[in-house]
Amino acid sequence: MIASATIQKSLDVYSIRRQFPVLDREVKGKPLIYFDNAATSQKPQSVIDALVNYYTNYNANVHRGIHTLAEEATLAFEATRDAAQQFIHAASREEIIFTRGTTEGINLVAYTWGRQNIKAADEIIISTMEHHSNIVPWQILCEEKGAVLKVIPINDEGELLFDAYKKLLSQKTKLVSVVHVSNALGTINPAKQIIDAAHKTGAVVLIDGAQSAVHLDINVQQMDCDFFAFSSHKLYGPTGMGVLYGKKHFLEAMPVFHGGGEMIKEVSFEKTTYNDLPYKYEAGTPNIADAIAFKSALDFINETGKDNIRKHEEELLHYATKQLQQIPGLKIIGTAKEKASVVSFVIDNLHPQDIGILLDNRGIAVRTGHHCAQPLMHRFGITGTVRASFAVYNTKEEIDELIAGLQKTIKMLS
Amino acid sequence: MKGQRTIEEIEKEIAEEFSLFDSWDDKYEYIIDLGKKLPPLEDQYKMDENRVRGCQSIVWLVADYRDGKILYKAESDAVIVKGLISMLIRVLSGQSPDDIIQAKLNFIQQIGMTTHLAQTRSNGLLAMVKQMKNFALAYKIKNTAKA
Repeated sequence: MIASATIQKSLDVYSIRRQFPVLDREVKGKPLIYFDNAATSQKPQSVIDALVNYYTNYNANVHRGIHTLAEEATLAFEATRDAAQQFIHAASREEIIFTRGTTEGINLVAYTWGRQNIKAADEIIISTMEHHSNIVPWQILCEEKGAVLKVIPINDEGELLFDAYKKLLSQKTKLVSVVHVSNALGTINPAKQIIDAAHKTGAVVLIDGAQSAVHLDINVQQMDCDFFAFSSHKLYGPTGMGVLYGKKHFLEAMPVFHGGGEMIKEVSFEKTTYNDLPYKYEAGTPNIADAIAFKSALDFINETGKDNIRKHEEELLHYATKQLQQIPGLKIIGTAKEKASVVSFVIDNLHPQDIGILLDNRGIAVRTGHHCAQPLMHRFGITGTVRASFAVYNTKEEIDELIAGLQKTIKMLS
Repeated sequence: MKGQRTIEEIEKEIAEEFSLFDSWDDKYEYIIDLGKKLPPLEDQYKMDENRVRGCQSIVWLVADYRDGKILYKAESDAVIVKGLISMLIRVLSGQSPDDIIQAKLNFIQQIGMTTHLAQTRSNGLLAMVKQMKNFALAYKIKNTAKA
């Protein structure tokens, strides 16, 4: 156990790469180049070890057992809650609800807060660049309640039109739910301004932090968002684990989500009283192993230093953008001034899927398609893009390989 | 005539053609070339009901039943998928419903293209094979009902 994390002074990408065993493998006889980090990041050895260690040495159910294993498991499990609280600077650990991921976090709010507070003719505001997981739960809710979904438009660079957003806000607006960093474009949205404007009209704000939590410093108190949802697996942690942050007074007032064990205080057939926060929203045996290993991922980020990570990723983004722009017929989709290390592009007359298959053939993993953001693709008049997204372990040499791979790909397809 | 040869014979032929390539690039160049040469599907067929659902690329597939054989026509907006389609048509078009239903299509594995059949939703190839077999099954049932 590391008592206090020492942040590295600068980033040595090669020593970081050695911590990620998968980066040693080959694909189609070529060294793996993993540029699909916005979908999920690879895991450092410490995360893998934490998973194995839990199952090897202290696998037990949490919270109720009085034996040693249960105590050890509970301590490790709850240590992740503290780490997550510090990671996003939440005011208290009771505000950290463990979920399966961002999607479940958003759904939790839609099914609890939403069902309690949204009425007919109320309005919910989202943006054009939302992932389907921040569209569909609100559509379901609007349909059920007769509420109205409003969409903030974007410009051709892929930036929210703030004036248009302010015009959408009214007394009818009950909720604003927007993405912090677009998974398809990389755009970093001005969360603080969005939240402040919404709060002026009395609306509640949820920030979808699926992409932002790994790239940006997250301070939910400074941002003043009411809810913030993110996933472990995009932060070098295991899949099936995530966090929903909610301001305490909302979480206390909201009805429960799932019923079952863990979330109750007392149960009789006449009446059940619910457990305190955060357990009120954590019915059933939780995802103990992944929750425990998630702390190792957060430790990895803290030790590497978020500033170091951000600087490294920005360098990669600028380098990739510059190099990609040299390729004739290539158009970058999403050219916002504020961007995270995601670059989406199309190439004249070529299908993204063909490009993706041929890059995979060179060991380069990119994402192709609509990135679960079909309305956004429609806004740009395309059906999909090729997306390269960079993480702390990626290098400029790998970007050179991507460029060479693209040149070869274009030659093969033309 | 193509119809004279069995599915397995054609599959074997394709596998032999692919055995000549030493690199993945060569294989894909060949598939891309097949894709480019696939005759375009007439616009009248490019409607929603002929679409095979894949996540990323569009595939249109139509089938016609003539003299005990099924004839397929298909197209996609992605060229590698078109190349794969071209091979499936070469193997299955002009065969009898029974033979199509029973076809194992081992050649896909033999030429190293199994990844395109994976359940990744990334392309419509698996859905297309299913749809081709569904057509065969439908014609078979129709024929049995008539008889």
